[in-house]
Amino acid sequence: MTTTEHMSDGPVPTAGHDVVLDVRDLSVTFSSEDGPLDAVRGVTYQVRRGEALGIVGESGSGKSVTSMAIMGLLPRTARVTGSARVLDQEVIGLGDAAISRIRGEKIAMIFQDPLTSLNPVYTIGYQIAEAVLTHRDVTKKQARERAVELLDKVGIPNPERRVDQYPHELSGGMRQRVVIAIAMANDPDVIIADEPTTALDVTVQAQVLEALEAARRETGAALVLITHDLGVVAGHVDRVAVMYAGRLVETGTVEDVFYRPRMPYALGLLGSVPRLDGGRHERLTPILGTPPSLLNLPRGCAFAPRCPMAQDICQEEVPELAEPADIGAPGAGEEDDPLRRHRSACHFSEQLAGVRPEDLFRPTSVDAEAPAEVLAAELGGTRPAGGAAGEAPEAEPGTGAGTPGGGSEVLLTATDLVKNFPIRSKGILRRKVGEVQAVSGISLELREHETLALVGESGCGKSTTARLLLQLIRRTSGDVRYMGRPLHDLSDAQMRPLRRDLQLVFQDPFASLDPRMTVSDTVAEPLQIHGRAKGARTRVKELLELVGLNPEHGSRYPHEFSGGQRQRIGIARALALNPKVLILDEPVSALDVSIQAGVINLLEDLQDELGLSYLFVSHDLSVVRHIADRVAVMYLGKIVETGTTDQLFSAPAHPYTQALISAIPLPDPVKERTRERIVVTGDVPSPADPPSGCRFRTRCPKFAGELSEAERVRCVEEPPDLLDRGTGHRDACHYSQVVELI
Amino acid sequence: MSDIDSRTASGKGPAGLPAGGDVNRGEELSQVRMVWRRFRRHRAAMVSLVFLGLITAFAFVGPFVWPWDHTVSRDILGNQPPSLQHPFGTTNQGNDVFAQTMRGTQQSLKVALTVAVLSTVIGSVWGAVAGYYRGRVDAIMMRVVDVFLIVPLIVAVAAINGNVRGGTTWYAVALIMCLFSWATIARVVRGVVLSLREQEFIEAARAVGARASRIIFRHLLPNAAGPIIVAATLLVAVAVLTEAALSFIGFGIQPPDISLGKMVEGSRTAAFTRPWLFYPPGILIVMICLTINFIGDGLRDALDPRQTMVRR
Amino acid sequence: MLVYTARRLAVAIPVLLAASVLVFLMVDLSGDPLADMRLAQPPPSEEAIAAAEARYYLDRSTPERYWLWMTGIGGNGDIGLLQGEFGPSVRGGAFDIGEQLASGISVTLRLVSAALVFALGLAVISGVVSAMRQYSKLDYTLTFIGFLALAMPTFWLGALIREGGLVFNQSTGTSFFFTIGANSARVGNMTNWEYFLDSAGHLVLPTITLMLTSYAAWSRYQRTSMLEVLNSDYVRLARSKGVRNSVVVRRHALRTALIPLVTVATIGFVGIIEGVVITETIFQWRGLGYFFIEAVRAQDAFALMSWLMLSGTLVVVANLIADILYGVLDPRIRYE
Repeated sequence: MTTTEHMSDGPVPTAGHDVVLDVRDLSVTFSSEDGPLDAVRGVTYQVRRGEALGIVGESGSGKSVTSMAIMGLLPRTARVTGSARVLDQEVIGLGDAAISRIRGEKIAMIFQDPLTSLNPVYTIGYQIAEAVLTHRDVTKKQARERAVELLDKVGIPNPERRVDQYPHELSGGMRQRVVIAIAMANDPDVIIADEPTTALDVTVQAQVLEALEAARRETGAALVLITHDLGVVAGHVDRVAVMYAGRLVETGTVEDVFYRPRMPYALGLLGSVPRLDGGRHERLTPILGTPPSLLNLPRGCAFAPRCPMAQDICQEEVPELAEPADIGAPGAGEEDDPLRRHRSACHFSEQLAGVRPEDLFRPTSVDAEAPAEVLAAELGGTRPAGGAAGEAPEAEPGTGAGTPGGGSEVLLTATDLVKNFPIRSKGILRRKVGEVQAVSGISLELREHETLALVGESGCGKSTTARLLLQLIRRTSGDVRYMGRPLHDLSDAQMRPLRRDLQLVFQDPFASLDPRMTVSDTVAEPLQIHGRAKGARTRVKELLELVGLNPEHGSRYPHEFSGGQRQRIGIARALALNPKVLILDEPVSALDVSIQAGVINLLEDLQDELGLSYLFVSHDLSVVRHIADRVAVMYLGKIVETGTTDQLFSAPAHPYTQALISAIPLPDPVKERTRERIVVTGDVPSPADPPSGCRFRTRCPKFAGELSEAERVRCVEEPPDLLDRGTGHRDACHYSQVVELI
Repeated sequence: MSDIDSRTASGKGPAGLPAGGDVNRGEELSQVRMVWRRFRRHRAAMVSLVFLGLITAFAFVGPFVWPWDHTVSRDILGNQPPSLQHPFGTTNQGNDVFAQTMRGTQQSLKVALTVAVLSTVIGSVWGAVAGYYRGRVDAIMMRVVDVFLIVPLIVAVAAINGNVRGGTTWYAVALIMCLFSWATIARVVRGVVLSLREQEFIEAARAVGARASRIIFRHLLPNAAGPIIVAATLLVAVAVLTEAALSFIGFGIQPPDISLGKMVEGSRTAAFTRPWLFYPPGILIVMICLTINFIGDGLRDALDPRQTMVRR
Repeated sequence: MLVYTARRLAVAIPVLLAASVLVFLMVDLSGDPLADMRLAQPPPSEEAIAAAEARYYLDRSTPERYWLWMTGIGGNGDIGLLQGEFGPSVRGGAFDIGEQLASGISVTLRLVSAALVFALGLAVISGVVSAMRQYSKLDYTLTFIGFLALAMPTFWLGALIREGGLVFNQSTGTSFFFTIGANSARVGNMTNWEYFLDSAGHLVLPTITLMLTSYAAWSRYQRTSMLEVLNSDYVRLARSKGVRNSVVVRRHALRTALIPLVTVATIGFVGIIEGVVITETIFQWRGLGYFFIEAVRAQDAFALMSWLMLSGTLVVVANLIADILYGVLDPRIRYE
């Protein structure tokens, strides 16, 4: 263990005088029940004044622990070694009094979850003022004035009024801006932002990133931006460090790492992200297996077990973070900056020059621990072809051809579907005191063997719609039909046989499986309920194989599987009864990108093999663009635009769709920095009291910027209908206008 | 076909499989075994388990072995300090205190276990139904619980027991205690079920067409088992204390039967004059409750889902 | 806030009403107040029994009796909770249930409030200390004391403490500890100060007895809730602002960690009422606990019902106070 820590001593560059944060050989070890857990191993990086460094990694890579160690916020049980200097002052190992003088004053931090970051019992003004009063000798009144000023700077409207509100009165995006205001309160030299937008919707994410940029400009601080989102990094930092299993595995300028990655892991990450700007029908290339347990790390390169080009040396020796030999000295006119040099930790980084992800990784849908297993699984034919998977649906139009939509039979329709949730008083009477309009009059149809995506931000009613279609909640008005048969009048008992055809896959792979049931029991439950217990064991094995899992693992419990594997189990359960329609509620949004790609591939294969129809509910436009044939965009309970995927993404007509598309960060530094942006302001209004007329008008950039007073009247008074502009592309905007964004 | 194959394969066990086949890896533990493994690490709970086992044996096996029983015997000389024959001495009337202690412990445990088991069953189902249906059903069912919780347990049982003239047997005491202690369990279970039912696996069960009864008994209650077991353990301790207190104020188990509380009542002024009468019943009550509470604590740690795993 | 309080009050009334039904049925169905009279030797005349039945309204049906007990309409003027009459006692006309309850409550409240204050105060202190020094020797010691106190039968410990006090008094030849009653017999010729000292002295041992169980439960709870808050995101944010640890604990952690204790203490209030019955028995106080035991012994149905209603009301009022306190402490509730 000690040898690996010293390894990274070699390539430490000499830091210039304007380095504000200098981390050297930082390691963190937690003691756990099962032995020491090496969360961070020998991390070294520097950041200059005003510079932005992105640290990218998947969950468990140690990226957050590193910054918590620098801030001295880890529990006492954690063992921290190495050095971190803020403005040339060592901060590792400082006592509470000493580190308190540095925290908030020289180095500040922004945390992931804005909903829990603020103390619920104090006003936000108090909490901002507290940061000022801790380090500055000012009066309470001055501190409050500063709080108001800061709220204004991070873009909170009516700061004078907001300053006296409690956190629960603010939306998530607002609260995160308050946290940013706290971080910039004392003009720190370094701001560490730990996944600052992960918990937020894309349009709000754009606003918060804007506030973060404002904070940087205002304070001149260096920014360390920690995230798993390659798109966010691409647009907001100068340099990137990729982290894997507690180590930095690749560093360099954002262009070097994104365009010329020299570490298989970085390459794999880039290949597994569905891209808004890439080819739609390109297969994704997942990285196989799961990140190693930090309890017993492999002796050599931590990535070796998942790496398609691993050799014997990779199992034995930890590669140093070093410049690949074939990258020469900087050319003439280029300034040689030791911090900006491209380094990677791979024994074979020279061989990766010019290699694309698809050259190295297979576009598979199988789940396996190592690349070798996939070949065996795919070639060995353990994976049955479409027809062999039990009684496949009779009609299999265009299997494998992937020709969607085109005139095929309509399976599921919703017409003017409305769902109002009553707001009830507390107490025994539970009187109805109001209504939340979760879904207000939407119509859609799902055809055979197509994927229809329902897209929108949280609270737009997309998940409610999914559950209404399945009669898991009862509609207020409107109707739902399956193959022409109305479902909304059926009793639970009448609905039961139809559930064989209509199945649901859930978002959270950790919550969607009963932790007390084995995988076999979980997958077999639908068979038992529908009286097909006979032969269930055989069927369960078939299903597990079908979703790319080892069929021998049926006797295990869910907690023994990774997130991606659990999601596959959920899919197997949904397929047990040979459904015709799968409703997928954010099926990949809880998964790390490298694992997400495998599940997306699986869904694509299953559709082709079994002739399934998908209703794909998601907030992630990149994934939707990759997988869907048609898209419907929802805002506050209404569909605002619908069309084929190509129509919608190449020529979005509704201002909301345009804003959504332009808010998705692209994992491409040049495109991300140069693209046109349509920014929406504010938060989604409460569905209990939606705006009159067009529901989007309160945030609409067109309404605010382009329309005349006279034109606006129509938006306020008249709710726009979803109208066809020819070719089946429909939008609900009085003044719709196509814009090209990608 | 493959059904038979898998059976024979697993029948052979890990030895019959090649190194790559990881069917029976060490990590593949059943839930019970995992809980037990974590429970064993809780030293106080393990020691308590041993002690409680000994106490139980003392109470239920002891009377068969011991020459005296708890009643007055003409062969016993009254008011004697401890001797080899009577390790805890004798009472004025001529009871062997050692035998009384065994009998008293037995009655206490019988009452406590009956109360815990019955209350847990009733309370769990009540709480699970209320939590599952929510809305008005829940509001009404929980108001009923509130009402039962308003009346203090000891007081309620004393009022009823005292009011019923004539001897009160251990099961009568247990049943009346049950009437007023299921409500605590119901409240705990309802809380757990309310949060469980929001989880997606419950909705998944509904999506495949599972009926309410299946969801409550196959999914909700098994997943609430942790908190239920912990609450039930604590209830055992509460029941022991309550029964003893009732007997102490004279409204519990009636003579000629004996209970630990009754023994304390009889010797309440003897702590410093004849300690052999005063300490045995008190210390046994403390021991029973202490060990049960430690076991409950160990179970809580072992069942806590937050400790279940390092997420992979 | 006013609306909030009113709403809580509106919820409390039906609960109290339901409790009255439960209490009435419980007492009414479980025993016969005239059992002793009927079994007396020589047997009393038919007329005497009939007269007694009429006197105690036993000639009416159960629902009628409940109605009578609540409203007093159609009674002899000695019954009807809503009119402030508690019903006739089987212990004769000299025993006025209302008067006896009133004198009992003044004695008992003294004991209950002392136990509440000390139990809460000590629970908060030891819970916080335990949480701050998690897994230290101090934490383990406090934890063990907590477990021991939870397992301790109040009556046994009370008896032990009382005997200990007596032995101490005897061996030192003083009367340092008061072991009987709420006040000394010679209250009549005391100054106010002497009376206060005398009352406080009599409170010492019973308070220790009564508070122990509650202290144990609450300190465990306070430790857990404090630990949870210390690991919360907002405490981490406060520390990242540069606020010193001691200030963070006081300002951010303690304040929020106290909120759940309000609920727990309210639930525990029922336990204190139980404890009062036992503690008063041991130390021979003539408070509500004594009243209760005597009422059960005498099978005094109306006295028993009145007592149970009073304790029920106390619990409901405690709940109400907790709800309001909750609203004051937690802004999220206030604006609900």
